[in-house]
Amino acid sequence: MSIVDTGDSTAAVVQDSVARPRRTVDRVLAGNAWLVFLFLYLPILVLIVLSFNDNDRVGVWTEFSVRWYGEMFENSRIMGALRTSILVAVLSTAVSTVLGTAAALSLERFRYRSQRAFDGLLYLPVIIPDITMAVMLLLFFVQAFDIVLLVTGVGLSRGLGTITLAHIAFNISFVALVVRARLSGLDASLEEAAADLYASRWQAFRRVTLPLIAPGVAGGALLALTLSLDDVVIAEFVSGAGTTTLPVYVFGALRRGVSPLINAVSVLMLVGSILLVVGSLAISRRRTGG
Amino acid sequence: MATTLTPPDSDQTSVPPAKLPPGLETNAEKAESRRGFLIGLPAYAYLVLFFALPLAIVVVYSFATRSTTGLTVLADWNLQSYARLTDSLVVAITWRSLWIATLTTVVSLVVAYPFAYYIATRTPRVRAALLVLVMIPFWSNFLVRTFAWRLLLSSDGPVTRILETLGFANPRLLFTPSAVIIGLVYGYLPFMILPLYASLERMDHSLVEAARDLYATGWEAFRKVTWPLSKPGVIAGSILVFIPSFGAFVTPEVLGGTGTTMLGSYIGRQFVGTASDWPFGAALSVAILFVMMLAAMFYFRSGGKDL
Repeated sequence: MSIVDTGDSTAAVVQDSVARPRRTVDRVLAGNAWLVFLFLYLPILVLIVLSFNDNDRVGVWTEFSVRWYGEMFENSRIMGALRTSILVAVLSTAVSTVLGTAAALSLERFRYRSQRAFDGLLYLPVIIPDITMAVMLLLFFVQAFDIVLLVTGVGLSRGLGTITLAHIAFNISFVALVVRARLSGLDASLEEAAADLYASRWQAFRRVTLPLIAPGVAGGALLALTLSLDDVVIAEFVSGAGTTTLPVYVFGALRRGVSPLINAVSVLMLVGSILLVVGSLAISRRRTGG
Repeated sequence: MATTLTPPDSDQTSVPPAKLPPGLETNAEKAESRRGFLIGLPAYAYLVLFFALPLAIVVVYSFATRSTTGLTVLADWNLQSYARLTDSLVVAITWRSLWIATLTTVVSLVVAYPFAYYIATRTPRVRAALLVLVMIPFWSNFLVRTFAWRLLLSSDGPVTRILETLGFANPRLLFTPSAVIIGLVYGYLPFMILPLYASLERMDHSLVEAARDLYATGWEAFRKVTWPLSKPGVIAGSILVFIPSFGAFVTPEVLGGTGTTMLGSYIGRQFVGTASDWPFGAALSVAILFVMMLAAMFYFRSGGKDL
């Protein structure tokens, strides 16, 4: 830059001297990016490859086989856990999407006392560690079932119901968070315009607000579904002896030691969640036409 | 939705008449605020029953007594479980959790910062594609992703073999703190990448050019312009990685060994088997919750809510 400007040729030299270190930096950055992507994807690829390994020992490759997938689909405990997982995920997503969206509307579009307390209550499940939430809910269900037994004589046990109730408890907050982000970016005057045009409250919600927040609601529901399928800690604590979810089954099996069967189950879970995300991305892209 | 949720005479319980904030005086506005409360009510009621009440129960249990058979006696309220928080074992586990979480955060930051910077400086099209590539592993099952590292790091796994050919004698990674840190970085890296990306992408890059025009070296421009402007992302990302790492349960259980017990798994252990001690586990949960709340408050104070 300190070179005296004597014409076009020096201008090019000046530009070059400025650009060169940046190009090196850029190359280093690009190299780092490739390494990060390798770090992110290599474990997943290794897992997938090893799930097609015929050997009983996990780390030693012998030959390609789908034997573990066959065993997985014939294992009634695994299939039962898969059913439980899907049922819990769908039920908890449905309930928490409705409740979370309502909570988001209530906090963003209205003003009332006690609003700030609810705001805090809604944030807490997001920041609390899984293990604390798991312990809380375990003690709650134990205590509640004790009381139910004492009062009505009915002995309840932990299982599908308690896992679903627990998943709704943390999913409400995540749905509300996503829908609120969407709502706060929207112009409230659109709803007021609908009201001015004699739309009833329900009509204004159904025809104006809901279509506008739909991407947020769908995003919240997808997050809820993913978190429910992802959860192992809370389900581990609030599930009973009979019913477990697939992650809890895998976690228990890992404690006993690795087996190639677990590789196959893991790939099944991996493919399920990736299909879920890629599918929803494709749908949202088609809708926005981008 | 509003019409179906509005019972005719619940105004006394929902909106106490005393001390209304200004602007809520008219009947129409009162009705409107009542409606807002009622729309949120099902969610609030649910969270009170299945979150606030369980939280209260944990606090109550933390003052209870453990019987000799391992059962919890809800009587003889005392502070013994809290007194045990200063036991040398608990202190050692807390320190270990603290330094593992800190190291995880630092490694994540060092890896994610240049990565986020790279993404933020691409064209919008490439940017979107790269972000999707970051999100795909992030959305896939956490336990499965942790388990994958168990395969990679096992004694006959690829990482160990590569280290052996590089000349390391008998490399042992699995069941060590290194394995736990690798697993945690792998699990929570996107929590670091995304807020960093958000703040770097929003940054006005002409400011860096201006600094360069004013004879700042690349390093100076970074230190005086880019870094301060990306600080909200750095703080948000660090806290988002630190909080779950500090309370980690799955990763130390799957990748760690006897010498890598962290606070999360130590709490879990108080609730299973014959050695269980629920009051002590409850006291530990209350303590860890307290630490998390402090970290979260720091996060919101530092403007994390904007991200």
